[in-house]
Amino acid sequence: MNELIFFFNKVIISGMVLGSIYALGAIGITLIFGILRFAHFAHGDMMTMGAFITFLLASAATALGFTAPLPMGFMVLPIAMFIAAFMALGIDKSFYAPLRARGAKPVTLLIASIGVTLMIQGLIRLFFGVKSRTFFASEPKEIYRIDMSFLGATRPITITEPQILMIIVTIIAVVALHFFLTKSKFGKAMRAMADNADLAQVSGINTKLVIRVTWVIAGSLAAMAGTMLALDVTLKPNLAFNIILPIFAAAIVGGLGHAWGAIAGGFLVGFAETMAVFNWAVLLRPFREGLPSWIPNDLSIVPTEYKLTVAFVILVIVLLVRPTGIFKGASS
Amino acid sequence: MLIDLKNIIAGYGGAPILKGINLAIEKSDIGVIIGPNGAGKSTCLKAIFGLLEVSSGEVLFNGQEIKNSLPDKLVPMGLSFVPQEKNVFTSLSVHENLEMGAFIREDDISQTIEEIYEMFPPLREKRNQQAGELSGGQRQMVAMGRALMSKPSLLMLDEPSAGLSPRYVLEIFEQIQKVNASGVGILMVEQNAKQALSFASKGFVLANGTNSFTGSGQELLNDKDVAKSFLGG
Repeated sequence: MNELIFFFNKVIISGMVLGSIYALGAIGITLIFGILRFAHFAHGDMMTMGAFITFLLASAATALGFTAPLPMGFMVLPIAMFIAAFMALGIDKSFYAPLRARGAKPVTLLIASIGVTLMIQGLIRLFFGVKSRTFFASEPKEIYRIDMSFLGATRPITITEPQILMIIVTIIAVVALHFFLTKSKFGKAMRAMADNADLAQVSGINTKLVIRVTWVIAGSLAAMAGTMLALDVTLKPNLAFNIILPIFAAAIVGGLGHAWGAIAGGFLVGFAETMAVFNWAVLLRPFREGLPSWIPNDLSIVPTEYKLTVAFVILVIVLLVRPTGIFKGASS
Repeated sequence: MLIDLKNIIAGYGGAPILKGINLAIEKSDIGVIIGPNGAGKSTCLKAIFGLLEVSSGEVLFNGQEIKNSLPDKLVPMGLSFVPQEKNVFTSLSVHENLEMGAFIREDDISQTIEEIYEMFPPLREKRNQQAGELSGGQRQMVAMGRALMSKPSLLMLDEPSAGLSPRYVLEIFEQIQKVNASGVGILMVEQNAKQALSFASKGFVLANGTNSFTGSGQELLNDKDVAKSFLGG
């Protein structure tokens, strides 16, 4: 039984957490690709930037003597998302919009976004330095241990308070996004523009406004994802830059331009990573007696250091079997 | 005049494709533009709708100059356009396609949607189906329905019969005449020249970027030169 609990802690909970972060990041990438037709490479750094905004707000709130029943990072998250949305609009207006106005090709915008990546990372290092920070310097990180002794296990299910909250917050965000895209006029206009931008323009849809709405959603969800990642691990300037590639893989696996695909892709890649580094020999331990001795003690598929490669294996397999992604995504 | 083009010169940046087009229709008219491939028929509609640069001439809509205005300004004024290809949102439902046509409207659109469903009964059945799953004829209905949702006074159609079976061609042409009877001016480009001219109140023959003949539909059908050059004898 202990082995199953270990599996639950290591694969299910970690997969949910990682999947939530990937999904929220991939939604932004997929929406931007759907509407603006370019791969927004700086998205990871928008996540990091959002996490630093949350960190500043949380530190300020704590310094001013505010106390909260939940981790301060979650309490100030809505404000941070609001600020991040404005910064995303600012980034678009200063860097991408002028290029679009000149009719720049998607590859030009991609290069510009790499420039934005370097700029954001540089600015963060300039103001905050390179050291790692934690949201839990002045408040404890609550850890829940759910006793499983009624199943005959001595090991508890362990989950931290931020992990529970981030799973709940992700579910709320995904449901809200679903209703926005299927019920609201602007959500439908976003889908229409991702489907056929020329026809959207011909229909009289205000495409500039749709672009702004897209940045607001992508920017605020990026701040959410970045904050969650920082709450789960630590905050550092290259926080989300390190996971931008699996996030892109998630968006592509799901079908580019497809919000539900990004969510599915995010969780698929997240679970695949945790399962690939899990030592499956642990599950065989109870049967150790009856098994031949040549079965090694370590049956993980890849060593932990190679976790990032898993996303690409998944990507290659999905693209071979279903070139448009799980959901039918935009092709060009 | 509902729409009045005076000596339009336009193109995609290089040599002009339209080299002086004159064309005018009233609200009661069905105007049909015919002509050989590459004569600039579609370009003419796109030029009116602000989709390419008009370098000189006048485009008057109800007497007002609209040259080089963008669609998000033209649609609220009462112009609407059905492109020839990719004219539906394939991943959106039929109903959502119609809603997108009414994007610029702030008032209640349920009455207009009801009218579209009356006009094209198959669409009511398939209202929740993705438009990409429909047959060519039904897609054309969605495309026309979408364009009518903004309650236009001028509906422009780029080859509405392209790729349709004869049965659907007839049905689409009938609906176009009904829409016209309800007070919407029609300006359309058509390859099915003979059939379209038979109900057109105005016909325009475009060749080499200028209009060489103008007359009522019947006049063009009876004109020997037009028949020989453009209607296949």
